[in-house]
Amino acid sequence: MPEASSSTGVAQLSFGKAVNAALARALEDMPEVVLYGEDVGKPGGVFGVTKDLQRQAGAARVFDTPISETAMLGVAVGAAMSGLRPVVEIMWIDFSLVAMDQLVNQAANVRYVSAGRLAAPLTVRTQQGATPGSCAQHSQNLEALYAHIPGLRVGIPATAQDAYDMLLAAIRSDDPTLVIESRAMYHGDPQPVSLGGPIEDACGARVARPGRDLTLVAWGAMLFQALEAAAQLARDGIEAEVINARWIAPFDWPALLASAGRTGRLLIAHEANVTGGFGAEIAARVQDELFGRLHAPVRRLGVADCRIPAAPHLQAALIPDAGRIAQAARELVGEQRDRRVQP
Amino acid sequence: MSLAATSGDGPFARELAALDTMLRIRLLEEKITELRKAQSIQGSIHLCIGQEAIYAGSCQALRADDAVFSTYRGHGWALARGVPAQGILAELLGRESGVCRGRGGSAMFSAADHGFYGENSIVGAGAPIACGAALASVLRGEERVALTAFGDGAMNQGAIHEAMNFAAYRDLPVLFICENNTYAELTPVAETVRDAELHKRAAAYGMPGERVDGNDVAAVRDCVAHHAARARAGQGPALIEMMTQRLVGHYYGDLQGYRPRGELTEARQREPIARLRQHLEASGVAADALAALEAAAAADIARAAEAALAAPLADPATVMEHLYA
Repeated sequence: MPEASSSTGVAQLSFGKAVNAALARALEDMPEVVLYGEDVGKPGGVFGVTKDLQRQAGAARVFDTPISETAMLGVAVGAAMSGLRPVVEIMWIDFSLVAMDQLVNQAANVRYVSAGRLAAPLTVRTQQGATPGSCAQHSQNLEALYAHIPGLRVGIPATAQDAYDMLLAAIRSDDPTLVIESRAMYHGDPQPVSLGGPIEDACGARVARPGRDLTLVAWGAMLFQALEAAAQLARDGIEAEVINARWIAPFDWPALLASAGRTGRLLIAHEANVTGGFGAEIAARVQDELFGRLHAPVRRLGVADCRIPAAPHLQAALIPDAGRIAQAARELVGEQRDRRVQP
Repeated sequence: MSLAATSGDGPFARELAALDTMLRIRLLEEKITELRKAQSIQGSIHLCIGQEAIYAGSCQALRADDAVFSTYRGHGWALARGVPAQGILAELLGRESGVCRGRGGSAMFSAADHGFYGENSIVGAGAPIACGAALASVLRGEERVALTAFGDGAMNQGAIHEAMNFAAYRDLPVLFICENNTYAELTPVAETVRDAELHKRAAAYGMPGERVDGNDVAAVRDCVAHHAARARAGQGPALIEMMTQRLVGHYYGDLQGYRPRGELTEARQREPIARLRQHLEASGVAADALAALEAAAAADIARAAEAALAAPLADPATVMEHLYA
């Protein structure tokens, strides 16, 4: 892995090491960046993501905090108002709930309520999702809670390249931004990651696989289930276009509407439960904008409205996978075919 | 503010300047009451009448670049930091010329260019934010102090505990100012704690804790100056509990039926403006000079209100502005 942010070119990095590389670059290139959280300094993070950064950037800028999420996030708001760019690790997104005030009532309001005279350019790094054995307080997918809040940006990287690019975009953004990573992917296989390039804006979806028959939209770890589903569908002659949403707030509506407008069918897959999930917002918007051009109703796949059990086989009974996504896609395409033969 | 007019080199310059600030705060709050009564200002407002010495004294001990974070009872803090009365009134009136173009209102405005980083309508939430300002000060080598003010009720919020520990473990230059007016909203704070000497909690965080008479402007100023100097020198935070009484309701329209008979009458005997005025008169400052000070302050606040009322409303076409960078 790259040990210094001056690394450029393409490196083979796991998702977690790509996050580490982005943090190293931010700490080196932006003197106003500070990085802190529970166990992120000397221990290098419970998932090892911030390993060696304290050694590289010094304990004044990379430090461990008490188990005080409200203080951690409140400090980020005040530090960001005062010229720093704090990056805070909230170890599990479930823990953000004890400090939601500082994100929703405080950070999201700073710019608006001061009429732009103050800003809160802070980044919250956290991670979410179920993994085998994770309990109900360590497995929720809460992105819709934060996407609901005007003033916040919410990004959910899927690839190691996204993890690198989106985190740097968040840190450079002058808005309070949450980057929700995936614990399940931290220690996955190394992928080629282009380092040292220009920092993008904190917005924008990507087409992960082009296709013409339907659009599949997903984010985070679910992207890979959607891509696997698309591969299965291709064997049946159905060409699914897969969109990696990346930033869900603000959401890249032009990109999604262009794709769904072209294919005429949209399937949304997410790991959050269905009711009030971000898929509901997508479905409503797309049906509103594309009503006359859709060949079938927008479909949503998510976890049933249930708590998340710890037992792996019970988790598997709830969480959509490639097989279920492919099945839903076939129904969606079939629905259109059925409609065509109706008088 | 006409501080310049009153802060010459005379023997009572500091006290006269404090009196001037306190009078202006009182007059501003009375003007806001009048405008609220007339429905020119709408919504809930929280007035600080009776607590003025805390703001005047504390701000006299601060540097212009220090950062103040107040509660929703924050008009006095703002004025004491030098935020123009006209900008405050225009803000409450929803005017374009309001310090936050009508986005903040009575309970949530800020004016960072005056070192006033804003009110907060969530009890206790400003304290961790002040710690962040202090952290930035340390890392940027600025020697700025962050002052966070909150009420006695906020002492029972988790955010205050987390903030005090955070500031203490990192030796941050934070002044935790507890404006103890003895009521947590409408409930006596003593009824919801085992020990109502709130300053004693500082010991648990390993920082100094002091209780001062919050109606004594000199005591407030000296105490804040002492702890600000310590904080600036890297010796960490302090908790100062300032005892006071609000002479009005928790919010405009609060009938205060929960206050014991006679409490307000007694509180008025100890109110800070009359007290300072008596002190100055007893020290030989001419009554005419004090009357002139008050007349000038009243005229300024009246003019500020007229100008704010005459200013155009914030434009609804701009309502979506300032959401994102």
